Amino acid sequence: MEEIDRTTFAELQAAAGAEFVAELVDTFLEEAPQMLAELRRALAEGNADRFRRAAHSLKSNSHTFGALALGAMARELELGGLPPDAAPIDRLDAAYARAAAALTRLARLDHD
Amino acid sequence: MTETGARLLVADDNKVNRLLLARSLELQGHRVASAENGAIALDMLAREAFDLLLLDMEMPELDGFQVLERLARDARLRDLPVIVTSSLEGVATIVRCIELGADDYLHKPINPVLLKARIDSSLEKKRLRDQQQELVRRFATSEVAQDLQQSGFALGGRRVQGTVMFSDIRGFTAMVESQPPEETIELLNAYYALMFDAISGHGGVVNQMIGDGLMAIFGAPLPLAEPPRAAVGAALDMIEMVELLNVDRAAAQKAPIRIGIGIASGEMVAGYTGTKARATYTCIGDTVNLAARLEAHTKRAQRPILIDAATQAALAGDIATDALGDVLFDGKAAAVAVFAVHATA
Repeated sequence: MEEIDRTTFAELQAAAGAEFVAELVDTFLEEAPQMLAELRRALAEGNADRFRRAAHSLKSNSHTFGALALGAMARELELGGLPPDAAPIDRLDAAYARAAAALTRLARLDHD
Repeated sequence: MTETGARLLVADDNKVNRLLLARSLELQGHRVASAENGAIALDMLAREAFDLLLLDMEMPELDGFQVLERLARDARLRDLPVIVTSSLEGVATIVRCIELGADDYLHKPINPVLLKARIDSSLEKKRLRDQQQELVRRFATSEVAQDLQQSGFALGGRRVQGTVMFSDIRGFTAMVESQPPEETIELLNAYYALMFDAISGHGGVVNQMIGDGLMAIFGAPLPLAEPPRAAVGAALDMIEMVELLNVDRAAAQKAPIRIGIGIASGEMVAGYTGTKARATYTCIGDTVNLAARLEAHTKRAQRPILIDAATQAALAGDIATDALGDVLFDGKAAAVAVFAVHATA
């Protein structure tokens, strides 16, 4: 699967402007690590509601940028309840790293 | 209708969502403010006026459901249009939002074209609602509203000195039968707008409108320095405004309209009548009956403004009148002196 759905990303740029989308990607790259950290915290504390909310936020933003793989994984966590261990979050971290790299590339590509 | 420059509030705890939504709305020509959670959103709504709220459901502090519940309980914010923007899944969520009073539900990520359509539609609905409220406000005149505020609402009357005016359009029934109903309503709206201006401009209060007829009171519920003079001044303005309306009508190949006005001054019983749920401020008594008879008599007298002796005496000769002699009206024991005010028409 392509890391970022190009059609979704292009539509976002067309609607909001490429320059704005580049800034929005930067904001996402600042916010997403906090959501991943929140997931780990919520799991450690056994707080299912906070876990679900953090996963929900990450899913929502992933879909906005067309990060389909990341969005699908976040969605599974949102709907699946607290996992038995941190393994799914580790996989999510890795997916985020791939999506972040792809988004950075795309945002620069169209903007510079 | 494209509403531009509406003031919108975006409530979303997620920064990316908040920025993107604000951007989309700004590109559509709206002014946007943002809140990071439900509590901040309610605080901003309490302090500033907004035309519409875009509300996320998943938020810390107060979530979207709680915000909807609070809005429904707030008399001032109950009518604020709310569009829910959420990526919560399941029809149950949407149903709950609508049940709690949300106007619409948009699933995230939001399609900008859909967003524009929904916002325009919600703003249009709000505009119609505001228009309705404005209409209600207009019927309960500001004087009456003020009196209600100061004296509290109590059915029952008190004796006051004042002047009553009746006015209607001559030959209105024939006109209604000869033209399409839309034209009649259009005419009535233009006519009433002008008459209200003239009457309230002189401190009078329109308290009844029936078909083409209206009743106005000068000197109650709020006292007025010289009610008879104010009423005659208003009547002269009304005649002048009808002449202006007739210039427009002539340009549109329509027949001119004529109005008749009857005015009487004296003691009357004024107060709120009706029930607690629906009441109107009105006046009753001989003075009121006389004004109605004088208005009816304008047709026979062929003069647009007829007044009684008390009103004529109060003018102290400042406004020219002709004595038309005594007339015996139905329901009156004795004949009364009738005077015609000089009007341009």
